[in-house]
Formats: sequence, C-alpha cells, structure tokens
Amino acid sequence: FFQYCLSGHPTLPCNVLKFKSTTIMLDCGLDMTSTLNFLPLPLVQSPRLSKLPGWVLKDGSTFLDKELKECSGHVFVDSVPEFCLPETELLDLSTVDVILISNYHCMMALPYITEYTGFTGTVYATEPTVQIGRLLMEELVNSIERVPKAQSASMWKNKEVQRLLPAPLKDAVEVSMWRKCYTMPEVNAALSKIQLVGYSQKIELFGAVQVTPLSSGYALGSSNWIIQSHYEKVSYVSGSSLLTTHPQPMDQASLKNSDVLILTGLTQIPTANPDGMVGEFCSNLAMTVRNGGNVLVPCYPSGVIYDLLECLYQYIDSAGLSNVPFYFISPVANSSLEFSQIFAEWLCHNKQTKVYLPEPPFPHAELIQTNKLKHYPSIHGDFSNDFKQPCVVFTGHPSLRFGDVVHFMELWGKSSLNTVIFTEPDFSYLDALAPYQPLAMKCVYCPIDTRLNFIQVSKLLKEVQPLHVVCPEQYTQPPPTQSHRTDLMVDCQPPAMSYRRAEVLTLPYKRRYEKIEIMPDVS
Amino acid sequence: MTRECALLLPGVCAALAHPRQPCLDDTCLEKLLDWFRSLTWFDPTVELVQDNPCLTELITSVLALPEPSPSILSFTLQLAGILASSESRFQHLQQEKLLGRLFGQEGPRGGAVWEEASVRSAWVKGVHSMLHHQPALHFLCSTGGMDVIFTLQGDPSLFVASAASQLLVHVLTFSLESETSKPLSTKDCDWPACAQMIIKHIEESLQSSSASHIEQALKLLTSLFGSCFGSCYAAWTEVLWLHIAKQIESFLLEENVQAQPVLANLLLNVARSPVFGGTEGSFWALVTSALEHLTPVQAGPLAVGLLKLCKCPQDVSIQALTVLLQPMDCILRAASQPLEYAGLLDESVSDPVTVESLLSSKTSCAGLLCQTLAHLEKLLSLKHLRVDLPCVSLLRSLMTILQFCNGFLSPASPLGSTISRNLINCFRVQKSALDVLAVLSEKKGCDTLIGSLFDVLLAYLQSPNTSPTVLKKTFQATSKWLVRLQELSCSNSQWQQMEKILEDVFLVLQKRLCSPCWEVRDSSLEFLTAMVKCLREQKEFRQCLLSSEVLRLTESLLEDPESYVRASAVTAVGHLAFITCFAPESPVTGSQYNKENTIAKFQEILSTDSEGFPRRAVINIFTKWLREGCTGQLEDTEQFVSRVIQTVEHDLDWEVRLGGLELVEVFCRQTICQLSQCPYAPVSSAVTNSTPQNELLQVFCRAKLFGFLFRSLCDCDKPVGQTACDVLIGLRGHFYPMSTLENPQEIEDSPAGRGIAWLQRTLRQGSVAQNFPTDGGDGVDFQDPESMMLALGAIDLLELHDELNKSSDHVEESPQSLLQDILATVGTIEDNEADCY
Repeated sequence: FFQYCLSGHPTLPCNVLKFKSTTIMLDCGLDMTSTLNFLPLPLVQSPRLSKLPGWVLKDGSTFLDKELKECSGHVFVDSVPEFCLPETELLDLSTVDVILISNYHCMMALPYITEYTGFTGTVYATEPTVQIGRLLMEELVNSIERVPKAQSASMWKNKEVQRLLPAPLKDAVEVSMWRKCYTMPEVNAALSKIQLVGYSQKIELFGAVQVTPLSSGYALGSSNWIIQSHYEKVSYVSGSSLLTTHPQPMDQASLKNSDVLILTGLTQIPTANPDGMVGEFCSNLAMTVRNGGNVLVPCYPSGVIYDLLECLYQYIDSAGLSNVPFYFISPVANSSLEFSQIFAEWLCHNKQTKVYLPEPPFPHAELIQTNKLKHYPSIHGDFSNDFKQPCVVFTGHPSLRFGDVVHFMELWGKSSLNTVIFTEPDFSYLDALAPYQPLAMKCVYCPIDTRLNFIQVSKLLKEVQPLHVVCPEQYTQPPPTQSHRTDLMVDCQPPAMSYRRAEVLTLPYKRRYEKIEIMPDVS
Repeated sequence: MTRECALLLPGVCAALAHPRQPCLDDTCLEKLLDWFRSLTWFDPTVELVQDNPCLTELITSVLALPEPSPSILSFTLQLAGILASSESRFQHLQQEKLLGRLFGQEGPRGGAVWEEASVRSAWVKGVHSMLHHQPALHFLCSTGGMDVIFTLQGDPSLFVASAASQLLVHVLTFSLESETSKPLSTKDCDWPACAQMIIKHIEESLQSSSASHIEQALKLLTSLFGSCFGSCYAAWTEVLWLHIAKQIESFLLEENVQAQPVLANLLLNVARSPVFGGTEGSFWALVTSALEHLTPVQAGPLAVGLLKLCKCPQDVSIQALTVLLQPMDCILRAASQPLEYAGLLDESVSDPVTVESLLSSKTSCAGLLCQTLAHLEKLLSLKHLRVDLPCVSLLRSLMTILQFCNGFLSPASPLGSTISRNLINCFRVQKSALDVLAVLSEKKGCDTLIGSLFDVLLAYLQSPNTSPTVLKKTFQATSKWLVRLQELSCSNSQWQQMEKILEDVFLVLQKRLCSPCWEVRDSSLEFLTAMVKCLREQKEFRQCLLSSEVLRLTESLLEDPESYVRASAVTAVGHLAFITCFAPESPVTGSQYNKENTIAKFQEILSTDSEGFPRRAVINIFTKWLREGCTGQLEDTEQFVSRVIQTVEHDLDWEVRLGGLELVEVFCRQTICQLSQCPYAPVSSAVTNSTPQNELLQVFCRAKLFGFLFRSLCDCDKPVGQTACDVLIGLRGHFYPMSTLENPQEIEDSPAGRGIAWLQRTLRQGSVAQNFPTDGGDGVDFQDPESMMLALGAIDLLELHDELNKSSDHVEESPQSLLQDILATVGTIEDNEADCY
C-alpha cells in the first residue's frame, strides 16, 4: 500500500493511493493562497492601484518594477492571479484509475488533472458536490476572465531573481508550478468525466476494490470514502463535521474496523468555536449597521453562507435590522440559493421534514420573498439601481484578489464606519487585506469552520478504533504560533503516521490474506 | 383534641382497621401521625388513650389481621410508638399487651411482612418515638431489640440503615443521660448496660475486617458527635473518644482506604465538640495527622471546617490552610519559571506529589480545583478568619487558572503543559475561579496585580469562545473589581488606568449587547446596571459611558423580542436615567429618551407589554425613582403615582400589583414626611381638622390611592392583600395614632355610613368578593377624604390582617378536615361497592 502525497495543504488534500493494483486519487484540492501574492483585480479602474510604485531592488535595479508593485511595505505581483497545483511529477497521473471527490472545495484542481495529464479514468462524486463545485469553478473563471489583464509576469519566478525578493514572495514554494486559471470549456470537460454516486453506494473497481461514499456532515453532498477489499479496509476522512448544520449528519459507524484511516480536512481554526464565531459575526454586523456603516462579508457562494443567512433570519428582527438590505452578489448567487433548496435528500433531518410540508428547507427563501435578501450576478446592472446604504453585502472572493469584493473594498475601505467581516477560514485575513492598506474600515475576523476539531477527532478515533492513522504532518504537532497547545494535535495510539507534500508513504499495513478462486478443472 | 375530632376518630380507626382498608394515600396517614405527635408532645397523660379507646382497638384489630397491608402495619407501628412516648401511656399499652406484639419478638420482626422496607423503617421510627423513658429502654433491651437495630444498620434500604444509625445514637445518648448520675470513667463497668452494649458493638465493628462494618461504625460515631445540642456537651463523649481514638489513628496510619472517606467528617464533628476545647492533648495531633494522610479531596472539607473553628490551634489551622492552598500553589509553580514568584507555600511544609498527580490526571484535575476553589470562596466570604490568606499569591494563582482555561498561557514546565491541557475550555473551573475572584475583590492588598487582572478579565469578555454562563460570571467579577479599581484610583488620583480599562469594557459591552444569544444580552445589561449602581457618581465612568454607543444600544433593547432582556433593559435604562435624566447636568445628547420620554416609554411597557417580567421591572424602577426623589415636585409625583396605580391595578400579574402597592407605600411615607410639620410626631387627636392631615387625605384621594388599597384587600393573591393591609394599617396609625375605632353609631349616622358598611361587608368576603366597584359603586366614594377617614377608623384592619396571614389552606389543613377526608374516602369506596352489588 502506497500513498503519494501531492498536496501540502491539510484541508485541500490530493493523495494517490496504490491499493491492490488500483491507483486511486483522493481529492484534488487547489491551493489558492498563492493568489495572495498578487494585486487585486479591480472591476473598475482603480487610481490607487494603478498608481502603486514599482518595486526597486536594494541596489537600485528597476528591472522588476513592471511586474512587482509595492503597497504599504508589501510587494505584490502585478499579473493575473495564479494557483499552486498539486504535485504532477511524483507519479504519472495518466495511470490514475479513479478520482474520489469528498466535497466541492476539494475538487477545484480537477480540470488541471483531467485535462493536462492524460487522465483517462473516472471521477466519482455526489450530485450536490458536482453541481456546487461547478458553481464555484464558474464563479472563479468568471471573476478572473471578466477583468482581462494585459500583462503577464514571469520574470520574478526565475529562481535567481526570486531569492532577491522580500518575503513572502522569496519563500513561495514551487512557483514554477503555479498556473493561471482554467477556462470554462476545460471545466465542462473535466465535469463530464464525473460519475454521480449516492451515499452508501458500493462501486466496484476492477473487481479488486470496492469504494463507498459516506455522509461526512460538512457540506451538501460531502463524503468520506471507504476503500476496501475482502480483507483490507482503508477509510478516507476528509472535511467532516459533527455539528448540527444543514447537511446530513456524519456516518461514523461505517468507519469502524478500518486497517488504516487517512485523516484530512480538520478545522483550520481549532481554537475558534463556530457558535461563538457566529455570535461574534452577528454582534459586529449589528453594531456596524446601527452606527450607519456597511458590512462586507467576503465569502464563497455556497456552504457557510447558508448557515449565516439562517442565523441572520432569526436575528435581524430581534436586533432591529429588519429594514437593512442584505445583498448577495455572485455570478452564481441565484443558482446557489436555488440549488440549496432542491437537494432535499442531502440535507439534515429537520430540513428534510420541511420539504414534505411542503416548505423551503432554508429560510433564505423567505428572506428573498420579503425583499430582505436580494441577489445579483454582479455589481453592474440592477444592483446599482437598487443599492441602498447602510447594507450588508455577501460576495466573493474571500482572498480579496478578484470578484466583486474588490470593488467594495475600494469603495468602503476609507470609512471607519464600515466593517469587513471575514468568515471563511481559508485565507489569512491580514494577508488578504495587505494590498488595501492603509485601511480605515474596521476588520473583524470570525472564521467559521465547522470541520472536526481535535477533541472531536480524539472521540471519533476512540469510537471507530482504526489500527493505524495517517494524517498531514501539521496535525501531529501543535500549531507553530501556539506551541504550548499540545491539545491541538491528533492524539492516538499508536501515534499517527504523518506525511508532507511530495512524499511517498508506505502505509503501515501488511496484507496477510488474499481471496482466490480456483477453477474446477485446475483443482 | 376537639370534640368534633373525638367524634370522628372512632369511625376513622374502624375504617383503617377494616380488612379491606381503603386505599388512602400515604400523605393522609403521615398527616394523621403528625396530628398524634402534636397531641402527645406536651401531654404525657394517659387520657388520650383512655378517652379514645378506638386507638387501642385499632392497634388490636390490625394485629389481628391475618395479612395486614404493609402500609397499615407501618402506620400502626408508628402510632403505637408515638402513643408510648410517655410512661403512663406506655404502661397502658403494656397492660393491653400490645407493645410486645408490635416491637417484640412476636411482632412483625420475623414475619414475611418484615421484607418490606417500609415496615422495617416504621419499626425503627416507632421505637425511636417510644424511647423517652426508662421502661421503654428496658423493654427494648429485654426483647432483643438492640440486636435488631444493629442488624438494620446494614439494611439494604439506605433510609432504614440511616434511621437505625440515628436510633442507636438516640439510645446511647438517652441511656447515658438518664441512667447515670455521676461522671463516667473509662471503666466499662460504670456504664449502663445498654450503653455498654452499643459501645461494644462499635468497638467490634471498628476492629472488624469488614469494610461495611467499619463504615457503619464510623458513620454512627459521626452522627453521635454531630448531634451537637445533646450529647456533645456531655463529658462521656470524651470518654467514648478515648475508647476509639487509637483505632481511628490506626485507620489513618495504615491508610485504610475504606475508612478514610468517612474519617474527615468524624474528626470535624469531634473537633466541633466543646469537650475538645483545650489546645493540648492527642486529639489535635490526630487531626494534623489526618490532614497529612487523607487525600486532598478528602481533607478539603475537614480543612475548611477547622478553619471556621475559633478554638482550633494555630498550628492546625496553618496545616489546614496548607491543604487548601496546595493545589493553588501547585498551579502557580507549574506555570511560572523557577523562582519567578514566591509561590503560596513554603516548599518544606508541603509535599506536592499527591496534588501534582491529581492535577495531572484529566479526570481528577477539574474536580480537585473546583472543590478547592469552592472552599476558598467560603473562607474568603467569612468576616473573621483566624489565619491570614496570602491574597496576592492567591490572585496570581487564580489568574493562572483562568489563563490555562482559555489557553492563553504558555506553561514553563511539563506539569504546566499537562495541567493546561486538562483545563482548556473547562467551564466548571472557569466559573469557580471567577466566583473566588469576585470575592477576592473585597480583600485589600491585591492592587499591584490589578492591571494584569483586567487583562485576563477583558480577554474573557472579548473571547467569542467564552460560554454565556462563564461570561455572566466574568461580568460579575469585573463589576466588583471595577469598584476596587475606582477606590484605588480615588486614593492615588491615577485615573488613566481606570479610563483605559473602562474604554475597553464599554467597547466589549457594546458588542455583547448585540449578541444573538439572549442570555448574553441579558447578562450584559445586568452588568451595565451593576456598574451604574456602583460608579454613577464617578466622572470618568460617566464620560466613558456617554461617549460610547452603550446608551443607544441599551435603549434599543427595550424592544427586544425576549422578555427577560426587555426586563433587564428596563432596569438598566431606569438606572441610566440617574445619569442621563435626573443628573443636574444638561440632558444627554444621542439618547432618544429624556425624562418625559423615558417615563412615557415605561408607562407604555407597563400597560402594553404582554409579558410580566418587563412590567415588573418598570414598577420596580418607578418605585426606585420615587424613593430617590426623582419624580419631581409633589404635584408631579401625585399625578405620576395616580397614573401608575390606574395602570397596574388591573394587571394580571400579582407581582406587578404588589409592586404598585410598594410604590404607594413609598409615596405615602414621603408625602406624610413632606406635609406633616413635624415628621416624627403623630397627630394629637383621632379626628383632626388640622390642615396637613386634610391636605394629606386630599392628596391620597386625588391620587386614587384608597380605591387601589381597599380593592387589593380582596385580591385573589394573598401577598397583595397582605401588603395593602400593611399600608392601610400604617395610614391608620398616622391618622388614628391612639388606635381608637370610631363609634359605630357615629359611623352609621354619618352620610358615608352606608358606604362604609357596604365596604365592611365586602371586605369580609375577602378574595371571593365579586364586582368590587372601581369608582365608588354601591355608595363608598374612595376619593372622598371624609369617607376615607371614616373607613380607616371603622374597618378592623388588624382582624383583616390576621385573616390574611392565615394560610390559604388553614381550613383544609385542620385535623377535623383530615378526619373527614378519610371518612369521605371510605364512604366513596363503600358507595362504589354498593353500586357494584
């Protein structure tokens, strides 16, 4: 049993498992934190950004001043944002037989794999994962393509040049692997290779291995996977949640008796309790609006936003915010809100019950009906006519490098009455804000990450008792900024086996039995 | 016993003795027993049983039943015990040969019915009731009763076992105190036989190899030394202690695990006994040994108890304090670099190994700390403590615990890392630590740490991970320490620190007032109210408050959907009004409520809010304003009170109506003081034409006070009637200082006489009075000063007061009613049977 670790990001995993002569890719997450090194893409001409000075080396050399710009002491690449792909050199990806997708956040690199590596296999994912994954990809492509950038910077990637640059550009890894965003035809081609599956559906791979998706409780259609043969069982846990939010609850029982449990996608903010963060979000939102300010919530078009809208639905009347407009701006806003209401079988029990009444499972339908929540594909068109302040705007992208959010950051950044509330945990909010400095608007960090925390993992492992646990190296030590928090690591016996990017791991399990069939004439 | 009861009793006894005894509920039988207890308590004569032969007949009949039900047999055992509590009745029952058949060998002791725990329990209770005279004691010993009690000590039913243990204590005490006339010595032969039997049993149990026997004996001794009012003052307890002390010591030294949990309580009860008052002797050495040998969890309650004892020797008190401080010291040492802080204890005194191992374990860490913190909170709350608590180190240790709990502290030792891991997000420990922190604010000497302390408190207030209950405790501790900080700032005129902290506090308060969790909004408002109460005179506080958004946010919470929050908002706005509306400075800008608007808003809440809590809060605030003289001149106040009365008098919530009466009481008192020329001197005659008295009456009548007060006398909720009566009695005391009632004839002849007579009749009906008129109705004009003066004099308010003070079920609770109920139950059953036939 081998595991090829193609991603170093614990919540955006990409691993390849060689298991009984099958090659299975587990997720293909796309690390977008690379975009934080780029200047934002403004929707309308930004005098501030266009006037940023070029970066000059200490010796006065100016050869990079067209590619790199300086803003409040930070240096940014003035080019179309690029993404850090999973490792493609560690093994021949054309040999991958199947790709198993856990949730829509973990499939964002799919077009790079299926369209550029000679991949000829099948991708397995649930329907909501595919549909919402498509929306995320569509939004990403749309956000970048609608602001075409004339120039493309590549000189800075030269290794000799890169080591002269200031941090964090100097320390950026695998910059030669960074790629521009894929196109919609590539997205469509990639998605056409997906075969839809349902929870607990058993899929035979070449008669040797059986794979089964299980509900993971994290997002609509999110799954953990069981990969088993007659005598071996590997569980792949990625992005799971035990909290009661909108998705179907996590299926823990089926993970029992695993020989190996691969554990990824734990919470990125283990010290932040999601309930407390939602409270913090609501309090800051109400305070800002009551003081006449606007609130900007950079977010993905699906996922936590559904829960936030549900909380606000209960909260706005009690907080006296009934007259404050809530805007959701995304090229896929409408589809996202509508999709959420039709995936009834993938929802938690309470929401499923509502469907039979019949009522819409999510209360944002009522918010839309009563005009409290309005959604628009972009800031252009109807939105500019309807726009009233003070208001609350939900829009992407959470990196603040592209999408409509760039416009609002430029528009509202100068006033201390306004607040930007970060709820997505994928990006460092300070890094995200760096190209907007100096900034007068208030910034609040309320990362809401419903994935498993270390206490829950500890309980889960005690419950399912796998023989071996394999996890990213980040989970086997306390976070670097809180080295005393020994509670913030995976604690199990025997100790978990850890992996890092570009590492090949021999899984700690020896095959002892094999089922064979003897033909009657041989016997 | 009343004649009526005596007539009913035979029927009841006959019914109870009937083989198909009615299914009376146990409470009925218990009430019946209570009644007999009350009848026999002060009357030792034989008359009760002689005059009511049905009682002995009942016992005889029950004993004659082939298979009495456990409940009637239990009742009979207890009844017989109660009746036999006096020597004369005991002899009477003996003559009837009843007691032996109940409590002796031929009684239920050996039968199948003994399997019932209720029967065994009743037997023990019966014996306990009976044992108040020598013949009963001899009867018990001669019929083998002592062995039965010894056996019942280990009964599977805890109630029976506990009752048996209590009975043994009673028997020993009674035996020693009634059968000896000279001081006892340690020689066994000097002790009465019964006492010797019990002592021997205790000694044998203590030496037994059975853990349960040892535990029973120790519990018995604990009860014995704990029954303070009787036995513990007697010298024989000292003799008894000398008998067993060696054995107790051996339990400690041999570290007998089974015995140790009970030892702390035993030693504490012995220590409390005045017999061990001297500071010499081996007893205190044993206590010291116990503090050393018991686990910190077992020794904790003993240590607290000892520290509360005045007579505890100083060295033992210090040892006890060491036990309590050891976990706190361990925390401090685990968190800090060596020699960074002095620690709480001298290392040579304490052996930290046990405590360290308890704190290192996930299962015991929180338990030990919570127990220790609860003990420390108790000690800190004591007015006089004979040892000095090291408050500064204690505070530092508390801060460390709180920082461990929220993961903010990076420990400097492996032990610290383990403790930190055990404590992170432990709400129990957080709450206990914050409770102690709040009490510690009243102790002097912690001022040097106040800055760091507020860093910890603010971290808790700001953290989204703080649970609502922990947040509430944090608010409570913060408000107490803010008062301390203010005192400190006053003394050294250093206001910058106070201002900075207040700014941070108001910033976080703003956010918390907007929380989606109503508990958080509620406790934030309570915190604000607490701050305003304590700090409203402080200029710096007022400035910080007024420059924040807190005022506006608090006012907006008057519309909160949660009624508790609205109530707290009313209280907060009511207190804030002392700064924003009633202060001599110009009104506050930014607040939508000036004095008139606030009163109008509160009136609106009082008359329209659908929930009781906000309305209660409004009436309480109105009363507070009135008390503090914030409602303006007399004319304004009169109108204000009148409006409030008219709103609350029909309120469905009795607490609101009661609040209205309290407002009226304050108004009356203030008006009397204001209008009487000499506030402390009553008027000279009953009927007076002096201007102040007339004026007073006119004010009260205009404010429509009397209608509200008299109507409240008939309120269906008794506290309202009682308060109204108290207020009226107070008023009558003012207008009729000599307590002379009006001449009835004079009242009848007066123009208002008819109305007064009607009022008297109506009031006699009490809460069943229908259609109490709102405006005079049948002839009494509540706004006519003359009529009201007459009413105050004519109505027997004291009688009304007594009537209202009777419990509402005083009729139903009477013995007669009880007996009638039992008979009615029997009657119903008989009727049903007749129907069946």
